[in-house]
Amino acid sequence: MAFVSDLFVNSWNWIAVQLARFLPPWAAELVMMFAGVVVLIAFLLFMVMLLTLLERKVVARIADRIGPNRVGPFGILQPLADTLKLIIKENTEPAQADHWVFRLAPAVAVTAALMPYAVIPLGRGMVGTDINVGVLYVVSISSLTVIAILMAGWGGCNKYSLLGGMRAVAQMFSFEVPLALCLASVVLLTGSLSLVSITEAQRELWLVLVQPVGFLLYLLCGIAEANRSPFDIPEAESELVAGYHTEYSGVRFAFFFMAEYINMFTVSAMATIMFLGGWRGPFVDQLPVLSVVYFLLKVHFLVFLMFWFRATFPRLRIDQLLSLSWKVLLPIALANLMLTALADKVAHRAGLSRMASAGLLLGSNLVLAGVAIATLYLVYERRRAPSLSRRYEIHWH
Amino acid sequence: MLKTRTITLNLGPQHPSTHGVFRMVLTMDGETIVDLKPIFGYLHRGMEKLAETRTYLQNMPLTDRMDYICAMTNNLAYAITVEKLAGLEVPERAEYIRVIMAEFTRVVNHLVAIGALLNDLGAFFTPMLYCLRERERILDLFEMTCGARMTCNYLRFGGVAADLPEEFVPQAREVVAGLYYWVDDLERLLTTNEILLARLQGIGILPRELAINCSVTGPTLRASGVPYDVRRAAPYSIYDRFDFKIPTLDEGDCYARYLIRLAEIRQSLHIIEQALDHLPPGEVQAKVPRLLRPPVGDAYARIESPKGELGFYLVSDGGISPYRFHVRAPTLINLTVLPDLVRGLRIPDLVAIIGSIDIVMGEIDR
Amino acid sequence: MTDEEILARIEEHFPGAVVEVPQALDFTIVLRAERLLEVATYLRDELGLDYLISVTSVDRGDEFEVVYHLGTMTDQAGYLVLKVRVLRPSAEVPSLTPLWRGAEFQEDEVYDLMGIRFTGHPNLRRIMMWEGYEGHPLRKDFRPPYPIETDRLIAQSYAESENP
Repeated sequence: MAFVSDLFVNSWNWIAVQLARFLPPWAAELVMMFAGVVVLIAFLLFMVMLLTLLERKVVARIADRIGPNRVGPFGILQPLADTLKLIIKENTEPAQADHWVFRLAPAVAVTAALMPYAVIPLGRGMVGTDINVGVLYVVSISSLTVIAILMAGWGGCNKYSLLGGMRAVAQMFSFEVPLALCLASVVLLTGSLSLVSITEAQRELWLVLVQPVGFLLYLLCGIAEANRSPFDIPEAESELVAGYHTEYSGVRFAFFFMAEYINMFTVSAMATIMFLGGWRGPFVDQLPVLSVVYFLLKVHFLVFLMFWFRATFPRLRIDQLLSLSWKVLLPIALANLMLTALADKVAHRAGLSRMASAGLLLGSNLVLAGVAIATLYLVYERRRAPSLSRRYEIHWH
Repeated sequence: MLKTRTITLNLGPQHPSTHGVFRMVLTMDGETIVDLKPIFGYLHRGMEKLAETRTYLQNMPLTDRMDYICAMTNNLAYAITVEKLAGLEVPERAEYIRVIMAEFTRVVNHLVAIGALLNDLGAFFTPMLYCLRERERILDLFEMTCGARMTCNYLRFGGVAADLPEEFVPQAREVVAGLYYWVDDLERLLTTNEILLARLQGIGILPRELAINCSVTGPTLRASGVPYDVRRAAPYSIYDRFDFKIPTLDEGDCYARYLIRLAEIRQSLHIIEQALDHLPPGEVQAKVPRLLRPPVGDAYARIESPKGELGFYLVSDGGISPYRFHVRAPTLINLTVLPDLVRGLRIPDLVAIIGSIDIVMGEIDR
Repeated sequence: MTDEEILARIEEHFPGAVVEVPQALDFTIVLRAERLLEVATYLRDELGLDYLISVTSVDRGDEFEVVYHLGTMTDQAGYLVLKVRVLRPSAEVPSLTPLWRGAEFQEDEVYDLMGIRFTGHPNLRRIMMWEGYEGHPLRKDFRPPYPIETDRLIAQSYAESENP
């Protein structure tokens, strides 16, 4: 029972012990490290397959369709069929392409997408390495994706790709700033950059309850970072055909596809860890194996939100997107950071209890939300004022 | 000093949002469109030439394939022109059936137009599929009546090919009632959506004078504030018997065109209700020779097709096939304004404007 | 304003411009090609026919007929048919595009398929066929590269069998 209660960690340790019997310690460690990498990648590939199926099913249901149902029962083997199709397809390459850049880009994209999982705790005790600058590491690694996209956009020698790549760069740079600021206010409250410690710090209270504004901002920026609808302009199908991966086919396209889904999963996982208590949940201390379940449930809830947005919203225009980032999200994120710091300091000075200081933080956050919405409303109305003559009144003849 | 230069971008002929095989050569400064040159002809099937070698009736299926979304109105325009040329009368019941079918076709077209517009704006298929789902119900009615869903080939000179089946009227009433409810539903989903407003309002403003000068017709014209509708201006068939209103908006942008289409769907449903109420019994086909030989002469007749004024110009030399068969295609002429609308805007706006003008290449190229 | 009044006005202002007023289903005025532009300007500016409905053409053997339908968007009037006849070899008609931009693509189409040149058209080009295409398909003497006669035969056999 004790073994099962923490199944994954215990089996891992058991294998390590067995290995150490007939291998020198350094070799055993090396093998375990490689095994860890393989297990993580396999897990993520499985997640990508699951997400593609889920996305198609969810979007289909929202659009009043059935979705894939031909391959296997309820279509659950559809991702396998898709993978097979992508693998056996020809890898086309434009004659004019910048060949090395073109070929490297998919690999860079997937590598950049996979790297954050070295530090992301997927459950209690289930983390590659717990480095003490985890947040910083994740933020900086995930901005590597933009290089891959730029390489793809440039290498394809296609104007659609190039436009897609340019859009991606503009978009990702703009959204990285408010995103990092949101994470900074979490770091301020938990006092640590390590993802494990941040999870631990939310033992009593999920940070979403004291930082609702930060959570929403992070979610918005995260969706934009992952290039998901309504911010999917770098690959806007109806405008740029397929954006930066227009010229890719076969496995190389599959790599971009994988990178996109892994990024989506990363964004959700980070939001879960930073704001939703990570793998924490009821009875986790008694039955640690539950932690993985909780973690995946929370992540999938956020992923479902992204599917939902994708199925519902039209897409914004690039200039509207950038002005949203710089003129709306960034000021709110800055104000949020300053207000959080102030409230935290006040709570410390006044020696408030944990609950009272949480209430103070939540209150200040809500005030910020109110002020932000009011300001936005006023500014927005004034900006619309010149066009107020456009009342869209139907005349009947 | 940085050197900037414009790039030329070929949008189409194969592109997800050109509604067929339409090509635009864009001159762009970054993402801003400096100039646009439309290039058609990729779907040119030589219909006007083809029609000269076929009998009048054999040309009826050809018209289905022009604007393949609204086969019934194409049939209607062609039938009316031949009837004018040959001096044929149409029985009362057939006229009502024609009106019902034409108005259902208008609903179908506007549903597809709105769905395609939303698809172009990047709403991943959901609104499109909602629209297509409702369209299916109408296509079921078409299928029940004439056996085909899209290429109906239902109208005949001096009537229609077959009488309505018994269950048509009750089912049509059901469909109309359902559509009223559903259009409200669609409005709740879309009309006040902030992203939709941001993408459509103030984009592609077509001034009233330019619209008239460019012979723009249909919802695109009415969204620019001109209350011109052939059903009202020069009533054909029996449109003078129905109570309906022509909606117009003064703004002339993409959002106005979207609103006009929604309003027109409701008016069409209103007309269908009246026609179903007053549907008289009787014949649906006048006595017309199987092989028509209209007297020598020429005739032009026009209807308000869902996309604008659809006219046929036929010249007869007294033989079994038309001497000249010309189609005044509304969408071809509506496209005249496209370069003016997009100048200075960006590619996403271009896509929205094309979606809101509502083009179909089958009709433009013929 | 009735059709006859319009005709009277045209004859009053442009003596000699009207060639013929043939008997037809729609009220038709045949104009001299060289007077077309001024008459059309007058019709648009003075008589309020602000809407060029369509531009098309007919191959009449020795000559081409260019057919214009003029209407109005402001009241519930019908439309007026203007025709211009040009001899086959020259086949040049003044363009109405400077007056109505809506004529642009339609004149392109007439030029492309019938081979009538429009002088004063800002950008006369083939819009249906590709650049460099030989011939003008809608002309009666056009021989298509496929045996179009079969269609004619089908039509005739249909005629013989169905309509004794």
